[in-house]
Amino acid sequence: MSEVVVAGHDDHHDHGPDKGLARWLFTTNHKDIGTLYLWFSFLMFLIGGVLALVIRAELFQPGLQFVEPGFFNQMTTNHGLIMVFGAIMPGFVGLANWLVPMMVGAPDMALPRMNNLSFWILPFAFTLLISTLFMDAGGPNFGWTFYAPLSTTYAPETVTYFIFGVHMMGASSIMGSINIIATILNMRAPGMTLMKMPLFVWTWLITAYLLLAVMPVLAGAVTMMLFDIHFGTSFFNAAGGGDPVMFQHIFWFFGHPEVYIMILPAFGVVSQIIPTFSRKPLFGYDSMVYATASIAFLSFIVWAHHMFTVGMPLAGQLFFMYATMLIAIPTGVKVFNWVSTMWRGSMSFETPMLFAIAFVILFTIGGFSGLMLAITPADYQYHDTYFVVAHFHYVLVPGALFSIIAAVYYWLPKWCGRMYDESLGKLHFWLSFIGVNVTFFPQHFSGLAGMPRRIPDYALQFADFNMISSIGAFIFGFSQVFFLYIVIKTIRSGKPATDRVWEGAHGLEWTLPSPAPYHSFTHPPKVTDAEAHS
Amino acid sequence: MARLVAGFVLALMAAGAGADELNMRRGVTEISNAVYDLHMYIFWICVVIGIVVFGAMFWAMIHHRRAAGAVAAKFHESTKLEIAWTLAPTLILVAIAWPATQVLVAMYDTGGEDLTIEVRGYQWKWQYKYLDDDYNSEVAYFSNLKTPQDEIHGRKEKGEYYLLDVDEPLRIPVNRKVRFLITAEDVIHSWWVPDFGFKRDAIPGIMNETWAIVPPDKAGIYRGQCTELCGKDHGFMPVVVNAMPEDEFDAWYAERLQQEEVRKEALSKTFTPEELMAQGEQVYGTYCASCHMPNGKGVPPVFPALDGSAIATGPREDHLNIVLNGKTGTAMQAFGKQLDAAQIAAVVHYERHSWSNNTDDVTQPRDVIEHMGQ
Repeated sequence: MSEVVVAGHDDHHDHGPDKGLARWLFTTNHKDIGTLYLWFSFLMFLIGGVLALVIRAELFQPGLQFVEPGFFNQMTTNHGLIMVFGAIMPGFVGLANWLVPMMVGAPDMALPRMNNLSFWILPFAFTLLISTLFMDAGGPNFGWTFYAPLSTTYAPETVTYFIFGVHMMGASSIMGSINIIATILNMRAPGMTLMKMPLFVWTWLITAYLLLAVMPVLAGAVTMMLFDIHFGTSFFNAAGGGDPVMFQHIFWFFGHPEVYIMILPAFGVVSQIIPTFSRKPLFGYDSMVYATASIAFLSFIVWAHHMFTVGMPLAGQLFFMYATMLIAIPTGVKVFNWVSTMWRGSMSFETPMLFAIAFVILFTIGGFSGLMLAITPADYQYHDTYFVVAHFHYVLVPGALFSIIAAVYYWLPKWCGRMYDESLGKLHFWLSFIGVNVTFFPQHFSGLAGMPRRIPDYALQFADFNMISSIGAFIFGFSQVFFLYIVIKTIRSGKPATDRVWEGAHGLEWTLPSPAPYHSFTHPPKVTDAEAHS
Repeated sequence: MARLVAGFVLALMAAGAGADELNMRRGVTEISNAVYDLHMYIFWICVVIGIVVFGAMFWAMIHHRRAAGAVAAKFHESTKLEIAWTLAPTLILVAIAWPATQVLVAMYDTGGEDLTIEVRGYQWKWQYKYLDDDYNSEVAYFSNLKTPQDEIHGRKEKGEYYLLDVDEPLRIPVNRKVRFLITAEDVIHSWWVPDFGFKRDAIPGIMNETWAIVPPDKAGIYRGQCTELCGKDHGFMPVVVNAMPEDEFDAWYAERLQQEEVRKEALSKTFTPEELMAQGEQVYGTYCASCHMPNGKGVPPVFPALDGSAIATGPREDHLNIVLNGKTGTAMQAFGKQLDAAQIAAVVHYERHSWSNNTDDVTQPRDVIEHMGQ
């Protein structure tokens, strides 16, 4: 049916992409911008990964071998910042750009020019941030959570670059989320009611509201830092009547929803993939939507569980402990729903499904350690140790990142019209799966045994687990270069993909030809039950 | 999958054996034991849930494969099931929250202390002050990392307590309730003794409170580390506590009070240049060498060299000024708050007569006191 759509528009000028660099600089096409976001995200992922490998190389053995402690702190800080703001978030925005219009039957994003702007801010923001690593004073070295006063009174001069970088990333995210909300609420094809939307669209709708709510809070926090540093205010300076703990409250009021910003779209991706390869509809669609909304709501009232050791009153500790524990309920509902979708299905295990299954298992392990961390008295022992590092890497690497990789394998044939090589994809999966567990599982042990995070050198009893962890990190790191090879090989010389690509796939995007035409759904499609909420 | 199972089995074995390398330490206080039990309780709950959930998943993956001829069912909801798996976790959470609340309430019972110690975090060392009832302190000292740079840089074999050894540990008596008041001078640090079952952030401008009673049969040395990123040497500020039998502690404390008298006398004494150099080298090694380097060359441009520097070879007034008051906007701290006049005199003298520096002055404690009076 889309051929008809294209033919109907011949009376206008040519709708194909521009030639050369201009296409990418000036594009307002959601598919082009999605592609830009995804490549940018992958570039940042490689840079952040190199920093991680510097960290793991230094921690391979006790003692200082490769880098000095000050530089080590720059590595941990920028690894965190680049992965969170440069790799995971733009990765999901790239997926949203490609998929949301095709999934709701819209011709493009609601605000295409703003879409261009929100992408093109990012390379400048990250150039600003990363350039500090090459300056005399060195880059940010106060951790990705940049607690004051280490990040204000005691920060290197380059902190101002960091602050403006964060401002720019925030502006980009806010514009991106406005665009996604506007697209979903206004541009759905007739018949695509809210409760018929694919779950990926639902999770992104909720994520976009979270972004809209908390990115301004982050901007406020860094602006107050800017004033403390340059204009003599004392928001976070105890000597001037300010409060370093207030910084943490503000930061985590942003930071905890931010965590869910990085995981809710992952829930969406997995909820698309598991039904396809189980050849069975998603179990409990309605409860999935409600669970996502509950998690989003709870994310605003649990922030201080990151701060159990700052010395809050007992009542505050209890409130944040109970509220945090509640998150286990909607999260559990999601996991049970995925398992029930697989139950009595007719499963096959192509690469996207492998990554999705690994997501469910390993994310759940991260959820268990999260539940343990919620228990305040126990958290006094876990806090700021490698147990926490293991926890959040389990939810972010085999969690958020695996879902992005799964999404790329799943939708790449639709994007470029070619199939990836299944055996290479499976090899990539197993290397990643082994790498990620060898890296992060031992960190639970070193954390429980008492190893603090963010240290360049450690006592001898932690040596064995750190060595294992470093080996795993290098396996994992290099297998992502292999992923790059697989993707390029697919785009250049993969076998042509069918329109439906996967026999069990449902959803409007699969009704388009492969590769998806530059302009799709210029006339709204008919939404049949078969293509609704898969 | 095999790895995962292996990992879990490993964790279970660790839990069973209580091995220090794999699991949380039980610790020595009543609180730390309660925390450990709580930790194991939640851990086992998670293991059981994990077995059920992953078990169902693997069952499905094995039996409901297309390759095994499975045909997909059509069901996609069940209100009863969904209510059940919302309610069951809620009950489990109540079962966890109840004991957790009890332990937390016990931890917050900070009253009735026998001894109060102020713990103050500095970049990158701890200061311990024994407070009397009016919060005045006669006995106070710094606790610095003792591990030599040679061990850190791999030029010497690493000792048993590598990075976990200090020049002077915090001393506390067993069998008495010790209250800790925790704060910081510069950035946020965190004071953690795993065997006592708690950590508390040391935050400038805020006094945090916590406590410990080490049982009488558990005298010994307990080691931990700073657990909040506090700058360059965050990894190099261990926490070491020596829990002593009560009579030994009392004797030590009496002796410290006497030493305090001696220290005060030193402030009015005149030292020979040799004495100043010897004392100065020790102070330099502890407080200055991590930035300005043992050879005085620093790490330019962040940490300037002292060897041949304008400050260390120019007017002594300027030199005293920067050591006493620090330099804002840099890592140079105000050592006037940390060292006494005798130590300042010695280290300034040492810096002005070491490496290629050779000024013709001798700095005595009274010179420092005079400078501070101006």
